[in-house]
Amino acid sequence: MTESMDLAVVSWSKAQFALTAMYHWIFVPLTLGLAFIIAFMETLYVKTGDEEWKRITKFWMTLFGINFAIGVATGIILEFEFGTNWSNYSWFVGDIFGAPLAIEGIMAFFMETTFIAVMFFGWNKVSKKFHLLSTWLVAIGANLSALWILVANAWMQYPAGMQFNPDTARNEMVNFWDVLLSPVAVNKFLHTISQGFLLASAFVVGVSAWYLLKNRHKLLAKRSIIIASVFGLLSSIFVGLTGDGSAYQVSQKQPMKLAAMEGLYKGSEGVGLVMLGMPTPGKVYNDNKDPFIFKLEAPKLLSILGYHDKDAFVPGINDIIEGGYIYKNKNGEEAVALSAAQKIEKGKLAIQALGDYKAASDAKNKEMMVYHKKILDDNFEYFGYGYLKDASATIPSVPLVFYSFRVMVGIGLLFIVFFALVLYLVLEKDLEQKRWLLKASIFMVPMAYIASQAGWIVAEVGRQPWVIQDILPTVAAVSRIEAGAVQVTFFLFLIIFTTLLIAEMKIMFTQIKKGPKEEGGK
Amino acid sequence: MQQNIFKKIFRFYYDGFKSMTLGKTLWVIIIIKLFILFFVLKLFFFPNLLKKNYSTDEERSRHVIEQLTNKK
Repeated sequence: MTESMDLAVVSWSKAQFALTAMYHWIFVPLTLGLAFIIAFMETLYVKTGDEEWKRITKFWMTLFGINFAIGVATGIILEFEFGTNWSNYSWFVGDIFGAPLAIEGIMAFFMETTFIAVMFFGWNKVSKKFHLLSTWLVAIGANLSALWILVANAWMQYPAGMQFNPDTARNEMVNFWDVLLSPVAVNKFLHTISQGFLLASAFVVGVSAWYLLKNRHKLLAKRSIIIASVFGLLSSIFVGLTGDGSAYQVSQKQPMKLAAMEGLYKGSEGVGLVMLGMPTPGKVYNDNKDPFIFKLEAPKLLSILGYHDKDAFVPGINDIIEGGYIYKNKNGEEAVALSAAQKIEKGKLAIQALGDYKAASDAKNKEMMVYHKKILDDNFEYFGYGYLKDASATIPSVPLVFYSFRVMVGIGLLFIVFFALVLYLVLEKDLEQKRWLLKASIFMVPMAYIASQAGWIVAEVGRQPWVIQDILPTVAAVSRIEAGAVQVTFFLFLIIFTTLLIAEMKIMFTQIKKGPKEEGGK
Repeated sequence: MQQNIFKKIFRFYYDGFKSMTLGKTLWVIIIIKLFILFFVLKLFFFPNLLKKNYSTDEERSRHVIEQLTNKK
């Protein structure tokens, strides 16, 4: 199958999906976090009756509205791509994705038509308390909406709560709670939304710092900085904690991704975490090159973070390919890891068994159906390996994942220090004098976006070649269509999204320059 | 009574949209975007291949199994 597949279709479809997801993800985190910041501000308005808080709330609500309007429906394109470019995949996962995406669609629809309308149109028309409730419901609804998408994404990283039906070629949900509450889903959701809170806090601090530098709207700026720096500090600490939880899950469920994140080729016990390093360009798993030109390690830290044991064995890329080490399987039992070659053999058996089962089913030969179903079930957890040409196909891009991980973590840690410093200085009433920090605050806004995008690269490039971990690689998930058609839509999206981004930035900058109005903008 | 509620909801949205300033620009962007997404991209570039080419779920699953097992 891989041999007959036009690999250009796979590459262009992957590039298009990455482009769409990354552009979509420019808009989403600001919505997730800013909604809560607005809710905090409006709560203060309702509690104190201070009109300045109302003015502040309305100003940030306007910026929220701009981001929401430009970003809304950009994610729907991903669903278009499922149906056209990834038709095998969309059929294969249909029942699992159906429930979360349907809930997301219904929630988003009701939230957007009802509570956002009250947020923007309801000032002076509904009671203060009902308006506040609507603002909170928008914040909670937007984040719950993200939950369902992230649950679907987490399922692809760790397929749980499902069973493959060979009659329909679909994975069917057998336990909704296993899908919703899988440890990967829980960590992914908390890590992703708290990163959105961090980004929105950085945005509010950055815009407010600009006002302080320009000597404008100083009360709005200082109050906004207090709210955003408290929220940002708590969020950045929480991002670190949930990031640790996510990394632990990656160690258990996606060891190849962890090895790529660390540039770890040869595993051992008590492995250190590479704090800083430069992977050797062109390194392949079976050559004798040193994996790093240089590296600075924190001793044993990777074993501690990944396995909560300072002497734990952490498999490297070569170990995962060669197998033979002891690991804990899905049932939590100790087992000997299979080699990639053994997994590929098992995958081929499973694929053959699916075809034979279907043939037996067409011939109404029940005995042979049972026989082939047994082979399929016994080997299904390696189904996707059967499409890979060799062991090297199981390795994601090590340099891209390695550097993205360090960018994400480095900027994330920097934000803890940044928010703590800004909060301390604003409370000490000393922030205005620190003009370098005000300028740095503006610079930190794009940094938050870079960290956010780097996080997605770690999560998504790190799990390559899998669309569904171990079960379906991209090469089997993609539709048999012309690469040229995907190229055309890739560039169409590039133009559309870039236009939207320019529009967002232009309208946003104009509105920031204008500043708050007495009655606020709708 | 029920009509009053509907009237009130209608007035709420009507007044809200009418008094928009920046919101009008944003709505124009949303409408253009949705038009491009649903009436250009979806219609001409992104057909749902399985829905378009096969009329029943059985045909779709047979096609996907053929694709996955390379029987074609």
